[in-house]
Amino acid sequence: MTINPDLQGRSYPAAEVYDVGREKIREFARAVKATNPAHFDVDAATALGHTDLVAPPTFAIIIAQRADAQLIEDPDAGIDFSRVVHADQRFTHHRPIVAGDRLVAELHVDGVRAMGGGAMITTRSEIFALGSGDAREPVTTTTSSILVRGEGQ
Amino acid sequence: MSPTFNELSAGQDIGSRTIEVTRTDLVKYAGASGDFNPIHWNEAFATGVELPGVIAHGMFTMGSAVQLVTDWAGDPGAVVDFQTRFTKPVLVTDTTGTPEPGATIEVSGTIGKLDADAGTARVDLAVVSAGQKVLMKAQAVVKLS
Repeated sequence: MTINPDLQGRSYPAAEVYDVGREKIREFARAVKATNPAHFDVDAATALGHTDLVAPPTFAIIIAQRADAQLIEDPDAGIDFSRVVHADQRFTHHRPIVAGDRLVAELHVDGVRAMGGGAMITTRSEIFALGSGDAREPVTTTTSSILVRGEGQ
Repeated sequence: MSPTFNELSAGQDIGSRTIEVTRTDLVKYAGASGDFNPIHWNEAFATGVELPGVIAHGMFTMGSAVQLVTDWAGDPGAVVDFQTRFTKPVLVTDTTGTPEPGATIEVSGTIGKLDADAGTARVDLAVVSAGQKVLMKAQAVVKLS
């Protein structure tokens, strides 16, 4: 299986809405061994000026990896998920993610580079919070590179 | 007490912490994140794809390492940017039923750079497991008052 070189520049529009719940923030915070009260206690979060529980800095990976799945599961992309290695990751927060946010992610394929028999694919998710009407507020930009290992790599 | 910009200088140490990791932690992270790749919980699958054994999610390592920064900053919302490269996998041995961790990750942080105009400090994290750097260029930018 080979990676489709025409992937570069492709975009996948925002699909399903991700509703950020308090219990999901608490569960994710425990899973990364976070103890800051602003992840668990609404009063602690509002005391810091947030409207509700604050998500840990890497929480957006949930939304970003759902967006990435559109690419990985696209039969036209030619990606074998069992040979995928996460190479790098970045989160740029335009504002913190808080409980009650309704988030959508637009996926952009920014780079495809052949590496041996495999390929390095760089994707970017632009994550927005839905407001009233058509309003969308930029919340987080995530970028990640995955290495799809070729045979023998 | 949260740090303030004026009391910081480049090179300053912000502390360190040790993270103990078990196979149970990886199952919890899989459930919390939705990343169910079996290389993070199934030994036979992991060795079948030429890994030395079950490895931690890179995102588990990244997500737990940044806790040093959020605790130092006092507010998790103050971390405005966080990036890393994943260089070595963290091998987590099966210690189920014992009090021993399957791996240990050592995290330490220093102030890498201060940006007075933006009011931000870049914290550079050194993240080591089994004597090897598992994250490279692990940098968190913190907005300070």
